[in-house]
Amino acid sequence: MTPKATILTADEVRRALTRIAHEIVERNKGAQNLALIGIHTRGIPLAERLAQKLSELEGVQVPTGRLDITLYRDDLSEVAHQPIIRETQVPFDLARRRVVLVDDVLYTGRTVRAALDALIDLGRPESIQLAVLVDRGHRELPIRADYVGKNLPTARSEVVKVKLAETDGVDVVELHDLETRR
Amino acid sequence: MTVASSTRPRHLLDFHGWTPERLTALLDNADTMAQVLDRPVKKVPALQGLTVCTAFFENSTRTRVSFELAARRMSADVVSFAAGASSLSKGESLRDTMEVLTAYKVDAYVVRHPAAGAAHLAARYSGKPVINAGDGRRAHPTQALLDAYTVRQEFGSLEGKTVAIIGDVRHSRVARSNAELLPKLGAKVVLCGPATLLPADLAALPGATLTTDPHEAVRGAHAVMALRLQQERMSAGYLASLQEYADHYQVNEPLMREAESGAIVLHPGPMNRDLEISSDVADGPRSRIVAQVENGQAVRMSVLYHLLVGRE
Repeated sequence: MTPKATILTADEVRRALTRIAHEIVERNKGAQNLALIGIHTRGIPLAERLAQKLSELEGVQVPTGRLDITLYRDDLSEVAHQPIIRETQVPFDLARRRVVLVDDVLYTGRTVRAALDALIDLGRPESIQLAVLVDRGHRELPIRADYVGKNLPTARSEVVKVKLAETDGVDVVELHDLETRR
Repeated sequence: MTVASSTRPRHLLDFHGWTPERLTALLDNADTMAQVLDRPVKKVPALQGLTVCTAFFENSTRTRVSFELAARRMSADVVSFAAGASSLSKGESLRDTMEVLTAYKVDAYVVRHPAAGAAHLAARYSGKPVINAGDGRRAHPTQALLDAYTVRQEFGSLEGKTVAIIGDVRHSRVARSNAELLPKLGAKVVLCGPATLLPADLAALPGATLTTDPHEAVRGAHAVMALRLQQERMSAGYLASLQEYADHYQVNEPLMREAESGAIVLHPGPMNRDLEISSDVADGPRSRIVAQVENGQAVRMSVLYHLLVGRE
């Protein structure tokens, strides 16, 4: 389906992630004791790309993990179908780490709330920050991102579609009308 | 991603209506539940606000505790109900009991009953999902699921594996449920016991083969399950003597040497040590009996998730 607009091209995705990596380093005064945890699905490759950029910038291997928030969703009793549970893998101790949660789109904030609950059940990080590629607004909870690739005012009738090479074969962020989403 | 609701059974009474795909998804999700049980906080909020009733019309400690912990690990409230302390002892029917519990807004039932088919009856009157925790000789589906999960955990897959089940097959709901489940997941089931303790009607267990020879049963087996021998079978005339049974059918080290080299040993518990299983095998390196108990909780969490999460 044809998008109504292309929000970020592959180059712009790359530049946005480079900028976020610089901001993470600046805010945390380096990359020591950091960890990046991607939220399923597209948060995971974004976290891995940010870890690679942090390694290039600071020469530090920042550990990455993957978080599935299905069991923490606040709408499980209302969903029409049964959500599939995917893997949560955080193969390092969270204690005394500054964790950057990574997701592709920040919208209502409910996914991030679930991710915060899931993360805190895994351990007690020193702090948790949030990085997103696109913030499209319409928050239903008092949550904001620390690092944003692109602020994008949207209508609720629109859908922001992030495609990444690892999951979709191409890097692009598109805006669709809700009814034309595939 | 979601699982389409069209193929979704409402209850777990046996494996009728459960497709291999849905059973595999259930076992896959049990992996996630097992991870939850390994964490500092062994609890997720998936069933928050829901109430699960464990209605046990027959004694059982381990199955009831396993279900109750599973429900609590998923943040459900649990209400327990034991037949001895209920109005059933005053003559109330199962139907009336279920309707009373339904009026209390229970969201799911775990039912154990000495009569075959009782779980079906409970399902008819509950209006909510019912999980059969054992009904007479008929079925014990979550035990079979945790057995399947334990074998899968060992070998990565059930496809092409052979599971030998040795003992009182005739009276065993565990054997019956395994014989129904394992072939759906690609495994072969061999049921073995004295002729008096084998089911007369093989047609009722189409996925399994029967033998009275334990050596034949374990040859090529990847997992060997000893069934608990109920000692009253002797007085009922099914067995000449317990010693004779142990001499021929005990799962012990010499018998296990005839199985596949990496074969594991299972037992649904509780065990009669040195009767249906020797202590050295029960406690030995092939034994996965403790793992079965541990896996039971994860599998039951997954069953609750499958039946309670998402609308029809």
